[in-house]
Amino acid sequence: MNIILNNRHESFTKERLTITQLLVVKNYTFKMLVVKINGKLVKKDAYDKSIITDGDDVTVLHLVSGG
Amino acid sequence: MTFDEIKNKLNKFTVGIAGAGGLGSNCAVALARVGIGTLVISDFDIVYESNLNRQYFFQEQIGLRKVDALKENIKRINPDINVIDNYIKLTENNIVEIYKDCDIIVEAFDLAEMKKMLIETCLSELPKTPIVLGLGMAGWGNNNGIKYRQSDNLYICGDEISEIKEDNPPLAPRVGMVANMQANTVLEILLNKK
Repeated sequence: MNIILNNRHESFTKERLTITQLLVVKNYTFKMLVVKINGKLVKKDAYDKSIITDGDDVTVLHLVSGG
Repeated sequence: MTFDEIKNKLNKFTVGIAGAGGLGSNCAVALARVGIGTLVISDFDIVYESNLNRQYFFQEQIGLRKVDALKENIKRINPDINVIDNYIKLTENNIVEIYKDCDIIVEAFDLAEMKKMLIETCLSELPKTPIVLGLGMAGWGNNNGIKYRQSDNLYICGDEISEIKEDNPPLAPRVGMVANMQANTVLEILLNKK
């Protein structure tokens, strides 16, 4: 599948991934994340059941401290 | 647009600033200089000497509430700015009430969990309000690492990587860059409004 991840085109061999799987594949290991699929917020307890499919626009924000 | 036209347009808007530390104090001052009508600033902390390496406060303000000190500094620059100050810790229970009438919210917290709380609360409960985030500005150098991107109503300023640590502290130059980038983003959004 082809998706947009953080404003960039990305291709994956799998046709669907949960958010949990996407985070593993991309090696996103930060604890503090905000995830959106097609503009909709997905909370942490839904990472295992939220499915990403072809054409989705996914944002994964790593929240780093500082300000 | 001439500066008079810009000022007249910006005067009609209200911008929320969540946090009055390195990002919030510098961003608020930039917005005050260009003439944003109303700034709603919230913070629960006081000014410490250690803040002066990056935050828009002065020696004689050490010990004051940050919201009071910042209001004083803004008024010295531009007395026409309406400053609504809240000496309060922002939580998911009060953030909507405090910021619901703002045209834009500037996220200016230091801690990652506070940033997450603001983003999740505002995306859920104030979905139409643009949020301008400051994300990643610790250390020094690496000018080109600081960038900007938009994701729907989230506007993200910073390198998105560098986290503050004992040996990688937040310092005036990079914190100021991101704070002013946030202010610049606010202008871009507001000046494009019909």
